[in-house]
Amino acid sequence: MINIIWAFMAVIGIVFAMFNGRMEEVNQAIFESAGEAVTLSIGLISILVFWLGIMKVAEGAGILMVLTKLFRPVIVRLFPDIPKDHPAFGYILSNITANLFGLGNAATPIGIKAMEQMKQLSGTDTASRSMITFLALNTSGLTLVPTTVIAIRMQYNSVSPTEIVGTTIITTCISTASAILIDRFYYYKSTWGK
Amino acid sequence: MGIITSISTWIIPCFLLIVLSVAVLRKVPAYELFVEGGKEGVKMAFSLLPFLVGMIVAISILRSSGAMEAFINFISPVLLFIGFPPDIVPLALIRPISGTAALGMTTELIATHGPDSFIGRLASTMQGSTDTTLYVLTVYFGAVGIKKMRYALKVGLLADLIAILSSVVLVKMVFG
Repeated sequence: MINIIWAFMAVIGIVFAMFNGRMEEVNQAIFESAGEAVTLSIGLISILVFWLGIMKVAEGAGILMVLTKLFRPVIVRLFPDIPKDHPAFGYILSNITANLFGLGNAATPIGIKAMEQMKQLSGTDTASRSMITFLALNTSGLTLVPTTVIAIRMQYNSVSPTEIVGTTIITTCISTASAILIDRFYYYKSTWGK
Repeated sequence: MGIITSISTWIIPCFLLIVLSVAVLRKVPAYELFVEGGKEGVKMAFSLLPFLVGMIVAISILRSSGAMEAFINFISPVLLFIGFPPDIVPLALIRPISGTAALGMTTELIATHGPDSFIGRLASTMQGSTDTTLYVLTVYFGAVGIKKMRYALKVGLLADLIAILSSVVLVKMVFG
């Protein structure tokens, strides 16, 4: 899918430029934007190094563990299909805390572990109720600190790169809450009348 | 609304304060851990580089050819009527499909409109507040061999729609 979208964006642009008489601008944009993207990626290093470094300290100091314990009672309620002391919860909680702090790369392998545990519980190739709830939490992107976005804003000389943290947190809370509600709605709809 | 902007300024320094204080109290080798984690940051930035080059080039072709503008002008009348900023539509459309495409789109919007413009702030909020639904579903279901996703896609996409609409309302409320 993404291969098609990517190729299409360029193809549509070039064809459009042919008829629009803007080939010169396009030609220039290709090389300028490639350079810009490289500068941007290198600029991202500052924030990513800083943030991932701090998160490693937080992990070493046991802060992520404490948070995992704090969230446990809430999360357990979200997954009524999983037995209370099942190891799946450990992975689910670590995945959520990792996502919360913008550690997407660390969150994914842990999340897959959680899915494996849930698959053992259900034992079929059909998505279980818990799996869908878990993915609803993941796709709504519960994040506290949008590091990459802050880094991009810094690169383009924002007066206040972090000013969007507040709006991001509120939006992410709204979207996560809605994801849970929508998930519940479709679950009860699917069992209705059975 | 002052509270929301204060949260934005305070959250990172306060978090830093807590992490470092706890690390010192628990006698954790804070600096060594920081350096170790930081190395991953370097790797991550470099692994993002080819994705960003590919996406940003494709998007800037679309922009510089005038096709993006034509598309935005075409959808403008309806959207302005309901108070939805047309410039954000390409990002809103791509956000659930591809993370790197959305990141490229956000970058391009910030570069074109400025990070402190309404569109720049809106793009930043939208990019940060939701994850790539299609990617998450493909990776997680694919990894454990789930073939029937049932209502998972509907839940993800509807939550994305709500995130997009609420980010527009919120950015308007907070930044005016």
